[in-house]
Amino acid sequence: MLTYIARRLLSAIPTLFVIVTISFFLIRLAPGGPFDLEQPLEAAVMENLKRLYKLDEPLHMQYLTYLKGLLQGDLGPSFYYRDLTIAQLFAKGLPVSMRLGGLALLLALAVGLVCGVVAALKQNRAADYTVVAIATAGITIPTFVTAPVFQVVFGLWLAWLPVGGWNDGAIRNTVLPVLVLALPQMAVVARLTRAAMIETLRANHIRTLRAQGLSEFTIIKHALRGAVLPVVSYLGPAAAALLTGSVVVETIFGLPGIGRYFVEGALNRDYTLVMGTVVVIACFVLVFNLLVDIAYALLDPRVRYA
Amino acid sequence: MTVLATVPDVTAGRSLWDDALIRLRRNKAAVVSIAVLALVTLLSVFGPYVTGHAFDKVYTEYTRVPASLQLYPSADQIAPAIERIALRLRAKPENIVIRDDMAQVELAAPRAIDERALAFFDRSDIFGPAGVVARAEEGRRLTVDVPIEYRRFLFGTDSNGRDLLTRTLIAGRVSLAIGLLAAGVGVFIGVIYGAVSGYFGGRIDDIMMRIVDVIYALPFIFFVIMLMVFFGRNFVLMFVAVGAVEWLDMARIVRGQTLSLRQQEFVQAAEALGVDHVGILRRHIIPNVLGPVVVYMTLLVPKVILLESFLSFLGLGVQEPLTSWGVLIADGARNIQGATYMLTFPAIFLVTTLFALNFIGDGLRDALDPKDR
Repeated sequence: MLTYIARRLLSAIPTLFVIVTISFFLIRLAPGGPFDLEQPLEAAVMENLKRLYKLDEPLHMQYLTYLKGLLQGDLGPSFYYRDLTIAQLFAKGLPVSMRLGGLALLLALAVGLVCGVVAALKQNRAADYTVVAIATAGITIPTFVTAPVFQVVFGLWLAWLPVGGWNDGAIRNTVLPVLVLALPQMAVVARLTRAAMIETLRANHIRTLRAQGLSEFTIIKHALRGAVLPVVSYLGPAAAALLTGSVVVETIFGLPGIGRYFVEGALNRDYTLVMGTVVVIACFVLVFNLLVDIAYALLDPRVRYA
Repeated sequence: MTVLATVPDVTAGRSLWDDALIRLRRNKAAVVSIAVLALVTLLSVFGPYVTGHAFDKVYTEYTRVPASLQLYPSADQIAPAIERIALRLRAKPENIVIRDDMAQVELAAPRAIDERALAFFDRSDIFGPAGVVARAEEGRRLTVDVPIEYRRFLFGTDSNGRDLLTRTLIAGRVSLAIGLLAAGVGVFIGVIYGAVSGYFGGRIDDIMMRIVDVIYALPFIFFVIMLMVFFGRNFVLMFVAVGAVEWLDMARIVRGQTLSLRQQEFVQAAEALGVDHVGILRRHIIPNVLGPVVVYMTLLVPKVILLESFLSFLGLGVQEPLTSWGVLIADGARNIQGATYMLTFPAIFLVTTLFALNFIGDGLRDALDPKDR
């Protein structure tokens, strides 16, 4: 198992390298630069700025410099937030995004699994139809609709919760964003669980358990172990996406996460910020894909890694 | 004899597509969704011609009018509007009489009134061109007939005073067109790429699929945002670009199908008969993968519409005065405190369309792939 993990981590390096390379040259291809303002800077000032950030060097030299920095764990300075490095920006924003995403993930998993199991057990009955209908709605309605609606209903009309803001992570401020983030994931988890559960409940080993007269709870426990596999493989990329923040939710609720960095960085031509975000997201995706495979091995005895 | 006539012609075979159509017709959700989608499409295409408003016409007098059946101007809006215009004419309005669609007013001024300035009436959104009925005191007192132009804003107006019904329908046009266009491009590239990769197999397949893997690993949003930065202001190019990103799944599906089709006897027979590669791909491979392709495409359209809305929400999509559901929803979300209707109507249209497309996609999947049920 350990050698497997080590091998997977090693094989992630070339992937990461290709991603970094493509992104680096792609963002440099975009017209405009980080210091293009509405009022053009004086030529001398521009010259100095470019020299300061080493933008006057040929592109391949800049690329090598960036790679060297990356290998030493240095993501470089931000071109837009002049006083901060990319590492500092992430140190501030990543915990916020991870906390929101983590809570949303737990909520989605808990509610989604329960709803999916209930729907599967009561297949083609009222409870099932309700779950399927709500899940379809959850998947279809985009977050940029649910977020403002929740703001109005819970923030303004009922006035239970604040409309937005982070407020140092007060629980009251995290409820709405977490709910908005969790809803679509919850819906997908419920649908996947339901479909897999229906399939598993018909399997031979479950029939054997029934024949042995085991309690319904034990049977569900056994069936769930098999049914949870598609959920796990969905959860890998989903967790990576949730933990690295959502542009929409962070913009609407005014939260200081890293979700907005992508769009902001691309628009401001903050090269290092975009690159940093790409690297962070890619790392999350690679790690979570690895975790999924490990979880598979633990859950499904047929899967073995040498 | 009549009994015989009703017996179906058993010799006429039913193709797999006929079978699928029958199964699709039995799926109530899918049938209703097709009707709903057709309705939304018809409304979006023809609706803007009958609403009586241009989608980019700004009614400065009617900003943020709430959604209602009410006629505007309302009775208490007319007199103040006349007073405002009279002020610009440097005259005092007297004896304002309002009949059904006509207002009569006497304008009195210390100096003769320049009748050309009566154009101010026509320039406002409330009145038509004014006509002078009587002149008195050497032109210092005019009796003027002003037609009132009544308008309805069923969905209200936005903060600029543009009719939201028309804008929602125009937005529907844009969103649907984008969805179809981008999904079409994506499917086109995906089918050809996947079919070629699966058909030739071997090293070509390896290389082509490795390329797909690498693009997969790139954060998708990054890709799209970079494309927006490049093509930002060009509406069509932008969605060709989105389509060009969305083909990866399609390529994988088609490749898998092609790999198994490749081994079938009819493909080998075609090869033995000396049909060239392009011919085999076109006549035998691609028609046989169309089932999953159709399903995938119906599910891709809502994905693209959602993506477009998401981009427009971030301000990276369609540019003003043109609009899309995403733009309108973003606008509504910003104004939600005072003007809920600005979010409600575009959101209802968007969500209904997405629902319908998803149900149709699911229905098609069940219809075309009976073993998957």
